[in-house]
Amino acid sequence: MSENVLRLENVTMQFGGVVAVNDLSLEVNKGEIVALIGPNGAGKTTAFNVITGVYAPTNGAVYFNNEQIISNHPQGNMKKLYKGENLGKFPHVMIKTPDQITHLGVARTFQNIRLFRELSVFENVLIAKHMRQSANVFSATFRLNYKEEKQMREETQEFIKILGLEQVKNDKAGSLPYGQQRHLEIARALATQPSLLLLDEPAAGMNPQETQELTAFIRRIKDEYNLTVFMIEHHMDLVMEISDRIYVLDFGQTIASGVPDEIQNNPRVIEAYLGVQQDA
Amino acid sequence: MKKSVKWILNVVMIALVVLLLIFLENNKSDQGMLISVLQKGAILAIVAVAMNLLNGFTGLFSLGQAGFMAIGAYTTAIFLIPVAAVDGVYYMNGINPGIKAFKEVIETAPSWLQACYPYLALIVGGVFAALFAALIGIPVLRLKSDYLAIATLGFSEIIRALLSSPQFDTITNGSYGLNKIPGFSNLLIPFIIAGVCILLMILLIHSTYGRAFKAIREDEIAAEAMGINLFKHKEMSFVISSFFTGVAGGMLAMFMRSIEAKTFSIALTYDILLIIVIGGIGSVTGSVLGAFLVTASKEWWLRFFDQPQTIFGWEVPLFRTGFRMVIFSILLMVVVLFYRRGLMGTNEFSWDGIWNFIKKPFTKKKTAKGGAAQ
Repeated sequence: MSENVLRLENVTMQFGGVVAVNDLSLEVNKGEIVALIGPNGAGKTTAFNVITGVYAPTNGAVYFNNEQIISNHPQGNMKKLYKGENLGKFPHVMIKTPDQITHLGVARTFQNIRLFRELSVFENVLIAKHMRQSANVFSATFRLNYKEEKQMREETQEFIKILGLEQVKNDKAGSLPYGQQRHLEIARALATQPSLLLLDEPAAGMNPQETQELTAFIRRIKDEYNLTVFMIEHHMDLVMEISDRIYVLDFGQTIASGVPDEIQNNPRVIEAYLGVQQDA
Repeated sequence: MKKSVKWILNVVMIALVVLLLIFLENNKSDQGMLISVLQKGAILAIVAVAMNLLNGFTGLFSLGQAGFMAIGAYTTAIFLIPVAAVDGVYYMNGINPGIKAFKEVIETAPSWLQACYPYLALIVGGVFAALFAALIGIPVLRLKSDYLAIATLGFSEIIRALLSSPQFDTITNGSYGLNKIPGFSNLLIPFIIAGVCILLMILLIHSTYGRAFKAIREDEIAAEAMGINLFKHKEMSFVISSFFTGVAGGMLAMFMRSIEAKTFSIALTYDILLIIVIGGIGSVTGSVLGAFLVTASKEWWLRFFDQPQTIFGWEVPLFRTGFRMVIFSILLMVVVLFYRRGLMGTNEFSWDGIWNFIKKPFTKKKTAKGGAAQ
């Protein structure tokens, strides 16, 4: 029924002698909300950084809409250092920069909020429209693209209204309350018109009520913008409520995957992760 | 404040500036100091805004301005020195025959075309500076913050060394420098060119590319995640900034009438850095204001500290050549202490801002009273 939007194949990320992500393979299907959970330092954010092109994987490949977008194998010094498996499985080298990945339709948010703090909320969203505009620097300077510019501004205005940031649109992004900053970061990512949205701990530091609002918000945008969502999260209520499937990562390796009920009852997961939470 | 009032104020201000310039044009001999300070201020304003485009809006800390100015200045000078004066200028080593032939050809052009040569020369100077920037940008822009500053500083010094090296004697006249450069035919011209250049940069800053530059300044990683190609946009900002710096360098050559490689030492870059820090990094109007204020106080207002002064028969101690710079440094320190982010911060000039500034002492009282009543 479903087609792959994102597929990771044997992705290994090794920094010097440390293997952060080890032989990770996973799939995210169209229209799903998939969560990636695991204790601190399990390699979740590293996996995100590999998908979005911040790091080139040491070994492995990433497919987006069944098309290979990233592929690499150990090179140079790493040949000697490499501790992972599947050597020689990925002879082809294809490395993309983060902006190229965003162009393909993968947008992300960050664990530690990375807004353009000194710029207004409106500008923050407007900047995301830059990559889809067609004017070159001369026509933009001489305002020959005024139609496109006007359209960009109108779309942004509309967008801000829909996402409920209308009241704060002229405020500096850095001056917003924490919850709204998270909100804005998601809005900004959405403005790049992605088909796959990666959320890195969207509910970090939020109180239960804000988390509830966020849950509703993610559901809403997923339906409205026809998105596939892949997220890292620590709030188990949010994860269990919202996700269709869950992958559990520990020490860079997948230790379990499945629907929320399975994960909740999986002894390995409880041992590695959930057990600690239940004690607390 | 009402929009119509602002319009009137704008028109009045521009009219006043134009009137002042026309007055100065007609009284050149009496107002020599004011004229030269204003012209130099206008030229440095272009460089300051260009540097601000790079440092304040794109967040690239570059210190190569003097080098790019030198490229612009030498190109303009070589282009403009009249053929008749060439042998006098290059009296030691002679001029490169290719350049001489080129100059002889362009001097046969019709006079209306020759009238455009100064502008053409400035643009060519800017283009050469931009080309050089594009070339060194490829390795240099991979560096960040302080490292970028050091690398650009190094290239700026390389340019200066090359210009004064004996190998290029027949082109740049080595350490003798170039003179007999024709100046501006009219006082208004440098101000018009400066106005156009700064206007273009303002338009760029407010365009979609300007927003992308600001995004890079705020957060490179986030900007990249928003689909902004870091290298492309940094290179673009670097090249455009260098173009205008080159144009300003050419104007400086035309203003000073004679140039040598020493003119474009690191000290020149520091002067411009000083201007944008005083004016406010990230504020175009701040840079323009800073350019005029710094030039005026360095060259003119503080001059009297350099001469021995006697008040009622008592000779004031310390007043001697060079003391001006001591006072200047103290003033700078005071400004930096009281205006941490420069005179304008990241704000732009606006009539509302002036209005609030005038109103401030009165409104402050009110809030103080309100505070006491609570």
